[in-house]
Amino acid sequence: MSSVAPIAPVPVAPTTARPAAVARRRLRRGHVARRVGINLLGLAVFTVMIFPVYWMVATAFKPGRNIQDYKPHWFPAPATLSNFTNAVHRPYFWTDVKNSLIIVSFVVVLSLTVAFLAALALSRFRFYGRTAFIFLILGTLMVPLAALIIPLYITLSRVHLINTLTGVIAMYMTFVLPFSVWTLQGFMRGVPRELEEAAMVDGSTRFGAFVRILLPLVAPGLVATSIFAFIQAWNEFIIAYVFLHDGSKQTITVWLASFTNLHGTDWGPLMAGATLTALPVVVFFVLIQRRIAFGLTAGAVRG
Amino acid sequence: MAVAESEFPLVSRRRRRLSGRRVASALAPYALLAPAAAIIGAVLGYPLYLLVRLSFEKYGLFELVRHHGTWVGLGNYRKIFHDSQFWHVVLRTVVFTAVNVTLTMVLGTAIALLIARLGRFMRLLLTTALVLVWATPVVVAVNIWRWMVDYEFGVANWTLTKLHFGNFVHHDWFASSLSGFGVITAVIVWGAIPFVAITVYAGLSQVPQELIEAAQIDGARAWNVFREVTLPLLKPIFIILASLSIIWDFQVFNQVWIMLGERPSPDYYLMSIYAFVESFRINEYGLGSAIAVVMVAMMMVATLVYIRQMVKTGEVR
Repeated sequence: MSSVAPIAPVPVAPTTARPAAVARRRLRRGHVARRVGINLLGLAVFTVMIFPVYWMVATAFKPGRNIQDYKPHWFPAPATLSNFTNAVHRPYFWTDVKNSLIIVSFVVVLSLTVAFLAALALSRFRFYGRTAFIFLILGTLMVPLAALIIPLYITLSRVHLINTLTGVIAMYMTFVLPFSVWTLQGFMRGVPRELEEAAMVDGSTRFGAFVRILLPLVAPGLVATSIFAFIQAWNEFIIAYVFLHDGSKQTITVWLASFTNLHGTDWGPLMAGATLTALPVVVFFVLIQRRIAFGLTAGAVRG
Repeated sequence: MAVAESEFPLVSRRRRRLSGRRVASALAPYALLAPAAAIIGAVLGYPLYLLVRLSFEKYGLFELVRHHGTWVGLGNYRKIFHDSQFWHVVLRTVVFTAVNVTLTMVLGTAIALLIARLGRFMRLLLTTALVLVWATPVVVAVNIWRWMVDYEFGVANWTLTKLHFGNFVHHDWFASSLSGFGVITAVIVWGAIPFVAITVYAGLSQVPQELIEAAQIDGARAWNVFREVTLPLLKPIFIILASLSIIWDFQVFNQVWIMLGERPSPDYYLMSIYAFVESFRINEYGLGSAIAVVMVAMMMVATLVYIRQMVKTGEVR
């Protein structure tokens, strides 16, 4: 490091005021140029990242003749809603939205209830086998769904749950439940135990302390975890694709595949459908992003 | 003496009552965990056991109807290990994972460093874009990219031709598996950058500013500051992000499957696709399971690194 020439301005007593002022101005000009350059780079990265999302929405609002043109039309002018009406009136759109909602609600309620109890045990008690259970939860990461789907298919075909929403709900627990347990116990650990203990010293029962102290403090974490569970279940594709055969039983992500047939793809309606599929996820995601972003890495850097 | 004697049973009674309560509170965590453990056992534990068992069985359509496989010992493994296509797929999966993880990590970190230097407005703009990309469901993302590289009306072909990268008019990106995987990598890296960038950026903001200033006063250039100060401090984050990326990219399925219209040619087989096709297209569930078991075993390594780092940073306590 000592071989590197110092770049930081070394304080030297100026002989006259003028050269120092010039140097300072030059320095500031270099600084400004650098800042402009960096912000331009930021703008370029922004454009590249946002473009696909923009292109989906723009295409969704374009009339067919502007979509099927070799020269791209950068703006959806004139704009039309016909792609959306087309998508919504396709077979099974509403049925599949309903299926997705049914599956997602059951998965969220079920996994959150069970995960809440487990997280309570992990964050509030020390007991034999606790670490082993945490390893088990983290270890579930290593099981790829594409591998698990084979034995799941065999099992469900034995109990005749293929092509039923019940089977899919059960299978979604494989990835939603461990995730929910892990995130929730992280949130609960963030609530200091001392608060509950103080309440108990003040004459509250353990349950009372739990209801009055822990529950309100952990409520935002509960909401965030449920929304994330919602997103995971809503976005899932492969399980729904393999296990739900009828068009009337599929979920919205599988429905999106119906736009491509042997004749090609109906890009306008597909982009409209994709926009509709992404919409609830984006809204929820933006709401909770700050809370959940660090669930998987939290505390890895302690400054 | 008499006093002590009369006190004795009282103490022991109190102790018994106390220990009764202690037993109850010792059992409480197990009772709370029981439902979660039962569900994980049923939907993950049992299928995993079955997966391993299936990998030792011949299990085709006939067995599927009969609900019973035929034990063939190591037969399935012998078959795949002597199959040159299997080794091609393994190699392709490993290279694919390495490329995707490297690109994700490098670009994600670069963007995080960029965000830290941006003005307030640009920073807000860029983070918003990242969050939007992050929120885009995979199935939707794949369809968007499929549309952008469409051979007839895709925006990519027009732009590349206009920028004089060559003649891309009616260029089919999936004709060669190399350029096809290029598009798939673009989807994956594009979708994975936000998580890495935002997490690293959050880590950067926790690096004490004095350390960086001290290094700068010592005359370190930006790259050296990054290498000597930032990188070592953020090492735990990088290890966790890298192992998570390996875990996710190694099991990529949807991106390939949907991008290629649910009918990928063997040139596009990754391990997950291969196991899936062997099982659900060719109905050789035993062979598919053997491939999946090899896959799980390979995943275990990355997971162990992740868990070890979580233990080190005190996340597992």
